Amino acid sequence: MLEISHVYKSFNIGTPVQKDALMDVNLKLNEGDFVTIIGGNGAGKSTMLNAVAGVFEVEKGKITIDGTDVTKFPEYKRAKYIGRVFQDPLRGTAGDMWIEENLAMALRRGKTRSFVWGISNKEREQFVELLKHLDLGLEDRLDSKVGLLSGGQRQALTLLMATIKKPQLLLLDEHTAALDPKTAKKVLEITQRVVEEHNLTTLMVTHNMKDAIKYGNRLIMMHNGTIIYDVSGEEKKNLHVSDLLAKFEQVSGGEFANDRMMLAN
Amino acid sequence: MEIVSWLWNIQSGATLGVIWGIMGLGLYLTYRVLNYADLTVDGSLTLGGAISAVYVAAGVQPIVAILLATFGGMMAGLVTGLLHTKLRIPDLLAGILTQFALYTVNLRIMGKANFGLLNQTTIFSQLKDLGIPSKWVGLIVGLVFVVILIILVYCFFGTEIGCALRATGNNPDMVKAMGGNTKVYIMLGLIVGNGLVAMSGGMLAQYQGYADINMGVGTIVIGLASIMIGEVLFSKRTYFHRLAGVIIGSVVYRIIIAIVLRISMNSNFIVKITADDMKLITAIIVIIALVAPDMKDRFLSKFAKEGK
Ligand SMILES: Nc1ncnc2c1ncn2[C@@H]1O[C@H](COP(=O)(O)OP(=O)(O)O)[C@@H](O)[C@H]1O
Ligand SMILES: [Mg+2]
Repeated sequence: MLEISHVYKSFNIGTPVQKDALMDVNLKLNEGDFVTIIGGNGAGKSTMLNAVAGVFEVEKGKITIDGTDVTKFPEYKRAKYIGRVFQDPLRGTAGDMWIEENLAMALRRGKTRSFVWGISNKEREQFVELLKHLDLGLEDRLDSKVGLLSGGQRQALTLLMATIKKPQLLLLDEHTAALDPKTAKKVLEITQRVVEEHNLTTLMVTHNMKDAIKYGNRLIMMHNGTIIYDVSGEEKKNLHVSDLLAKFEQVSGGEFANDRMMLAN
Repeated sequence: MEIVSWLWNIQSGATLGVIWGIMGLGLYLTYRVLNYADLTVDGSLTLGGAISAVYVAAGVQPIVAILLATFGGMMAGLVTGLLHTKLRIPDLLAGILTQFALYTVNLRIMGKANFGLLNQTTIFSQLKDLGIPSKWVGLIVGLVFVVILIILVYCFFGTEIGCALRATGNNPDMVKAMGGNTKVYIMLGLIVGNGLVAMSGGMLAQYQGYADINMGVGTIVIGLASIMIGEVLFSKRTYFHRLAGVIIGSVVYRIIIAIVLRISMNSNFIVKITADDMKLITAIIVIIALVAPDMKDRFLSKFAKEGK
């Protein structure tokens, strides 16, 4: 499915503030893997997801999706394979446009756009069905501006947009971090349901260790730009937060033990 | 009859407003929809005027001359688009460079700084010959163009490509995530926008009977004034409202100018206000329109605090 091999990425190369954000990252996903990603601030989690999505080119290494080498593809070309939800609820939707216009854009992800006019009634019915499924009362607000929605509604809508046309790969980067705990839980539940329904291969960054253990079939931990821990199956199911904390302390010499972000529920 | 002569002043202001309003539509596309401050427009308006004038003088059908002017403007937009998206020159600078280069191009096209169209066949003279009163042809031609253009632009906004273009101005990250090449949409917006601006210049040259190398000076500011007046006066509910608002803004702007000039002509002010003084007044209108929403917010929040 997704294969990342020997990927390197640095920022501000050749300056005093050079930052080696990814150092020899290797990861191979199987079809239908739901992987949760944890790691301290600045570990390189977002950078890894951005490298896969093509936000920038990597210095070294190779990224393939479903056998296609996408290493040199610009962001918009990779979008054909990838659905994404960002941490910032404002980033995934066009706030000045209607819900149905945003969904129509999403329905055409990776397709060549033409001068065909408007949104068909059949599409509208599909939108209403899917929005009903979200259970956020958005189904009769197709012509509301997205900017009027709450953060949670916007993230749920972005999730719907990322998956309305089934992606080969779903990338979620702390997509519930900006939401209050109750809304975050709801969006996570929707995420779980959507991923299972479509059997989506998913990478989900989270700062919540409980969630990292609870969701998905595989868990990876990043530190200093590399993957330092990778568990799946039974071993992952039997993990406890204390195990992860111990692991953190081991790699970082204790500095993460007090990291409140890591302990957040 | 004083009143009647006033009304004719206002009517001719409205005519100019409608013709310049086409430029406003073009600027609306780049500035508001695409969120791109495109300074090419000062040059592309003149480019449209120059092409239109030269072709009319060469005996080409006036309507064809206007379409050729439009095409010229589209090419100017393409150049700015390429400078910005391919060579990564910042948006403001890309527009300024094209505008600067167009000065030479426009002079070369006309061969002189002012190209007169005395007694040439224009789209307006053709309609006069059909029996339409000469005082009304400007407004009629302008309105026909504007109505057609608003319908076209409105329909364009509703297409898949138009939708992606609007989204590019609103949130380029989202467009990329949805597989849209934002560079293409920026380029398309600049091409269409400058095409409209040049069309306006092309009509203007035929209407006033000459093209001038300086006719486009301040186009961007005049366009912004029109857009902002339109937004103050007209609801932003649908794109029909917004596009019509641009035209109404442009008309109101020209009527204000006509009235100011008329008053100053009849009065005994020490300083006579001339057409050239309108640039300063226009800049002030735009500054007020730019800061007014911010001032309103500050005023309201201060009011709310004191109310507690
Ligand atoms: N665009 C950028 N420019 C400079 N440095 C960056 C940029 N993006 C990320 N970094 C740096 O790379 C490192 C990894 O960042 P990131 O992947 O965002 O970490 P996280 O695991 O918290 O998501 C950090 O030190 C960060 O400061
Ligand atoms: Mg991050």
